[in-house]
Amino acid sequence: MAKMNVASLDKHRAAMKAKYPTSLQPSQKTRIIVGMGTCGIAAGARDAWEELKKSIAEFGIEHEVLMKQTGCMGLCQVEPTVEIAVPGMPTVIYGKVTAEVAKRLVRKHIVEKTLIDGHIQDRPATDIVLWAAKGGE
Amino acid sequence: MAERQYLLVCGGEGCQSGKSEELFLALHQQAEALGVKNDVQIIRTGCYGFCEKGPIVKVMPSESFYRGVRAEDAKEIIAERVVARKDVQRLLYRKEDRLAATTRVPEGGTYNKQFRIVLRNCGVIDPENIDEYISRDGYAALEKVLFTMKPEEVVEELKVSGLRGRGGAGFPTGVKWELTRVAPGEQKYVICNADEGDPGAYMDRATIEGDPHSVVEAMAICGYTVGATKGYVYIRAEYPLAIERLKIAIRQAEEFGLLGKDILGSGVDFELEIRLGAGAFVCGEETALMRSLEGNRGMPVPKPPYPATSGLWKKPTVINNVETFANVPMVILKGGKWFSSIGTEKSTGTKVFALTGKINNSGLVEVPMGTTLREIIFDIGGGIRGGKRFKGVQTGGPSGGIITAKDLDAPISYESLTALGSMMGSGGMIVMDEDDCVVDVSKFYMDFCVDESCGKCAPCRIGTNQMHTILDRITKGEGEEGDLAKLEKIGQAMTKASLCMLGGSAANPTISTIRHFRDEYLEHIRDHRCRSGSCKALVTFTILADKCIGCGLCARRCPVPCIAGEKKGVHVIDQAKCVKCGECFTACKFGAVVKA
Repeated sequence: MAKMNVASLDKHRAAMKAKYPTSLQPSQKTRIIVGMGTCGIAAGARDAWEELKKSIAEFGIEHEVLMKQTGCMGLCQVEPTVEIAVPGMPTVIYGKVTAEVAKRLVRKHIVEKTLIDGHIQDRPATDIVLWAAKGGE
Repeated sequence: MAERQYLLVCGGEGCQSGKSEELFLALHQQAEALGVKNDVQIIRTGCYGFCEKGPIVKVMPSESFYRGVRAEDAKEIIAERVVARKDVQRLLYRKEDRLAATTRVPEGGTYNKQFRIVLRNCGVIDPENIDEYISRDGYAALEKVLFTMKPEEVVEELKVSGLRGRGGAGFPTGVKWELTRVAPGEQKYVICNADEGDPGAYMDRATIEGDPHSVVEAMAICGYTVGATKGYVYIRAEYPLAIERLKIAIRQAEEFGLLGKDILGSGVDFELEIRLGAGAFVCGEETALMRSLEGNRGMPVPKPPYPATSGLWKKPTVINNVETFANVPMVILKGGKWFSSIGTEKSTGTKVFALTGKINNSGLVEVPMGTTLREIIFDIGGGIRGGKRFKGVQTGGPSGGIITAKDLDAPISYESLTALGSMMGSGGMIVMDEDDCVVDVSKFYMDFCVDESCGKCAPCRIGTNQMHTILDRITKGEGEEGDLAKLEKIGQAMTKASLCMLGGSAANPTISTIRHFRDEYLEHIRDHRCRSGSCKALVTFTILADKCIGCGLCARRCPVPCIAGEKKGVHVIDQAKCVKCGECFTACKFGAVVKA
């Protein structure tokens, strides 16, 4: 990446806004976000990550799903946490996602499009960046 | 087919009320009865908090939030919400349901008690990808500052915002930057204090791991404002992932021209380096931190001179902690006035807390200042684990104190916590229940201070040891009359005469627990009794003959073993051998094992 000036940074930002909608913004693709702070990793987030990848490959839907890591979602009690945004379904955060739960997430939530019982957590707060962009004061 | 709806019924393993299960079944029955079973999915979730107003039903995608829902309401919810697609008005959560009338919260239109400024990107973006940070208005504040604001204007914006140091002491950030800006000197420095050391605190780790660029951007803004071209992040080596992500962030920012020479073509230079701390608690004290950064032994030096005029290598230096910096880009982008509208009059903005201990939903929470402890512990935290009784909450770590049930409704601010004999501190919040012994907790913190005292000044070096000795003796049932007076006297001397705040505040947990729980201390000293059963030397476990059915579970769990008895006969504990681990007490399903 070449060093930027104001104009190129603004242009880049506009492009990145389009490229990286957050999980609460609509998109055509399914998005999976795995909480990978120290807390999440210690609780087994890497196992969940591997299992999600494996299951997605087994269903042959790699091209329909984007996976990424993020930091701590703040829900330490229920780590590992995974957020899933499937087009046409509410975006939800799942807690206590062991490898076994991860496998079920792919089959039930992503493929069969039904929520899984007993693992959904409340979103802790409004996304103030999105809120501000919509003119929130 | 109409858009599918989802009913999320709160629950969770820790949930003591069976009401939500009943509601869950009733909703299923009604959906079946009204023939809309396929239009709606009804599921149970983890704990939503708000337990006093539970059970909660959240409806997606309408985002309706119903509280205090009973099984009798199921029919109406299905008929109105699912079939007719209208909200059941009387069940909706309202603004009046908030406890703290004093909190000024910006209207977000939701029931959420949390408001995330510092953690705005944590759990949202990939922290190793600068593009995602940029996509969420990252580095827009730096751009704004470099090209449209004079340094004086940045300082003014910070002053208007009312932002105060989040490391604990609460010094106004705008004033700190101003003092450094006007201090004479060619070379100045910016330091980020990421030497988070309070037991149970991990706010700064999570912030750097989740959103390292917010700190990088804020430090560059600070560099421009005060005229520093060089910055250091002093971070403890125990945080390898945070260090790794910070390194990646700095490298990416350099590649983009957001750090280094001539940032964005503005002619402003700012370089950033990471320095690792070896994990000495005292190095979180700013003067000790700077000595350590210089390559010397990390020991505090008396103030004044303050870092603003003579800091790192005796040059004017701004030193702020991670959370303070993470606030800065939002202050610049949204304006100081916006920031000051959140929180209370003197403590503006939000505070991140690491909520831990005997609480159902432990985790990282960010709330507007002025939120009450009750809201944090019961509404967000979901209350005390196992339905036990709340005893107190320790804020401010080894420098703070305990806050008890009678002060749960105090709105949180720098001033209110100090008035309650604790302090804001960096944000550790450890919740205790009836099973925690205050003497034992005080001993734990004093033990920590004994280990971490640098030894430079006598009040801290000797005082912490003396206090620890007395506390230790009390927990062993060897306390003497007059011990409390001694503790208070030594504590006073340490508070007055210590060189830095480590010693100056080390007595706080003890003094504050004596203040609130004098009777418990006296019980230990006079009656050799620990009511919570934490002080092993003062507890005996016995088996009640009339309740023991002779299942033998306690004997099997006993690690010594020291429990004997025939099958189906009464069991007995050999007190001479008992190590008081409490396994039998936890194991017994019949309440036959008692501790006293």
